Amino acid sequence: MATEFHNLRELRHSASLATKVFVQRDYSDGTICKFQTKFPAELDSRIERSLFEETIKTLNCFYAEAEKISGQSYFEGCLACATAYIIFLCMETRYEKILKKVSMYVQEQNEKIYAPRGLLLTDPIERGMRVIEISIFEDSSSSSSSSTGTSPSSTAQ
Amino acid sequence: MSAVMIARKVRKWEKLPGKNTFCCDGRVMMARQKGVFYLTLFLIIGTCSLFFGFECPYLAVHLSPAIPVFAVLLFLFVMAMLLKTSFSDPGVLPRALPEEASFIEMEIEAANGNVLAGQRPPPRIRNVQINNQIVKLKYCYTCKIFRPPRASHCSICDNCVDRFDHHCPWVGNCVGKRNYRYFYLFTLSLSLLTIYIFAFDIVHVVLRSVHSGFVNTLKETPGTVLEVLVCFFTLWSVVGLTGFHTYLISLNQTTNEDIKGSWSGKNRVQNPYSHKHIIKNCCEVLCGPTYPSVLDRRGVMIEDPSSPAPSDASTAPTTKTSPPAPQTTKSTAPLIPNEHTPDEAKPSIGAGTQKTNSPKEEKPPSSSNPHPSSPNAVAPTVIKESAH
Repeated sequence: MATEFHNLRELRHSASLATKVFVQRDYSDGTICKFQTKFPAELDSRIERSLFEETIKTLNCFYAEAEKISGQSYFEGCLACATAYIIFLCMETRYEKILKKVSMYVQEQNEKIYAPRGLLLTDPIERGMRVIEISIFEDSSSSSSSSTGTSPSSTAQ
Repeated sequence: MSAVMIARKVRKWEKLPGKNTFCCDGRVMMARQKGVFYLTLFLIIGTCSLFFGFECPYLAVHLSPAIPVFAVLLFLFVMAMLLKTSFSDPGVLPRALPEEASFIEMEIEAANGNVLAGQRPPPRIRNVQINNQIVKLKYCYTCKIFRPPRASHCSICDNCVDRFDHHCPWVGNCVGKRNYRYFYLFTLSLSLLTIYIFAFDIVHVVLRSVHSGFVNTLKETPGTVLEVLVCFFTLWSVVGLTGFHTYLISLNQTTNEDIKGSWSGKNRVQNPYSHKHIIKNCCEVLCGPTYPSVLDRRGVMIEDPSSPAPSDASTAPTTKTSPPAPQTTKSTAPLIPNEHTPDEAKPSIGAGTQKTNSPKEEKPPSSSNPHPSSPNAVAPTVIKESAH
C-alpha cells in the first residue's frame, strides 16, 4: 500500500522523515549548473522514473537559460558596467528572475507530484546549487520500514 | 513556573560558519582582516583628494574643465568597483548539512570498499569528464563536500569559493566567481586613474615651472610630490596586475590554476573551460550572467537554543545499515567542527595572514595570497595585528 498524503501540510504533520537522497551535479558540460538525471535507487518504489527525469530536465533547462551567454546577458552586463553596477540596486538580474521561476516550479512539483508520494524536493538554491535534496517521508502511523527508509512493496501511483 | 528557552529569530548570516565579517545586517560580507583594505581606501582617496585640491583648480583654468570632471567620474568608478569587490559574496559555497555530509561519506565508503586496518584510506577524489578532459574533484574536509570544478577552499576566510581566483588582502575579500569582474574592472580603472593622475601631475608641474620655476612649483603644490610618489609605485604594480589578469581572462584561467600550473607544463591537461577563442573567453568572464549569492545572508531563521551541537557526521565508521537520525525540524546552519586531516595540513591562521605593509603600494601578481588548499601548502605569512 503506497504511503498516501494529500497535500504538503498533511505530509509535514503526519509524516516523519525517513531519509534523504541527494541528486548530484553533472559537470560533463563544464561548470554550468546541471544536475544528474540518474535515477536514485531509493526512489525506485516511490515515484516513476519518467516523472523524476522530467523534473530534473526541466530544472536543468531553467538553469541553462539563466546561464546562457546571449545578447541579453551581454546587454545586461554592459548596461550594468556603464552604470557602475548601481542599476542592480533597482533591477533584478535575469538569473534572479529565473531562480524565482525555479522556486515556483519546485513548489508546484512538490504539491502535484512529490508530496502525494511522500517525497519533498528542496530547491537547489537552498543547498548552494550543489545538490537537489529529496526527502523521503514515512507515514508515522505505519509500523514497519522505519529503519530502511523505503516503503515495503508499495506501488507508486 | 519552569524556565522557558525562547527561540529567537536570527538572520542566517549570524550563524554562517567561516571567518567572514558581516556588516549592515548581512548586506556586506568581507574577510576578517580589513587593515590592508583601509590602507587601499586611504591611498586612493588621499591621492585623489590631493589631485582635486592641488592640480585640478590649475588645470581646469589653464587647460580644460573636462580634466577634473573626467577625474571625478573615474574616481567614482574606481571606488564603486572597489566597494563592489570588497563587499560582495565572492561565490562562497555553503557547507554540507549533516545529512548531505553523511550521504557523501556513505558513497565514499561504498566506493573505497574494505580498507585494511592500519592502512591509510585512499585520497578522496572524484573524477569527472569535462570537454573530454578528466578533472579531479577534491573532497573538502572542512566543508564536507566534493568541491565543484574550479572551486577552492580559502583558508583565510575558511570557505570554499566557486571559481576561486585568490584572496586579495587589498580588497579585504576573496576574489571568486561572483566578484571577479568587479575586481578586474577595479584594477583596470585604477590603472587608468593612476596613469591619468600621474600624467596630469607632470603636465601641471611643467606648466607651472614655465612661469614659476621648478623648485617654486614644488613649494606651491607640495601635494604633487606625494601624488607622483604614490602613482609611480602604484603604476608598476597595478598596471602589471591588470595585464596579468587580462592574460588570465583571455585564457579563461584563474590565478589559482595559473599558480598551481593546472593546465600547463608537466600535467599536459588542456584547460577544459577555455573556448579556445580570446573574445569568447573575455565575453564569458566579463559579460557572463551575474550569479546570485547562494548564501541567503539576510534570510531569517529560528535559532533553537535547546538544540545540541550537530553530531560529527563523518566519524561513524559503519553507517551503511542505519540511516541518518531523522530530523523533523528545519536544521540550522551547520556548526561542523573544522576537521583537519593528517594529509591536508591547513595552517591555522587565526590572527591574520596579511603581507607586511611596505610603504610602496606593490601589487605583483603573486603577492595576493592565492592560498590553494593543496596538501602541505604552508603559505608564507606574517601574522599581523590588524587594528579593527
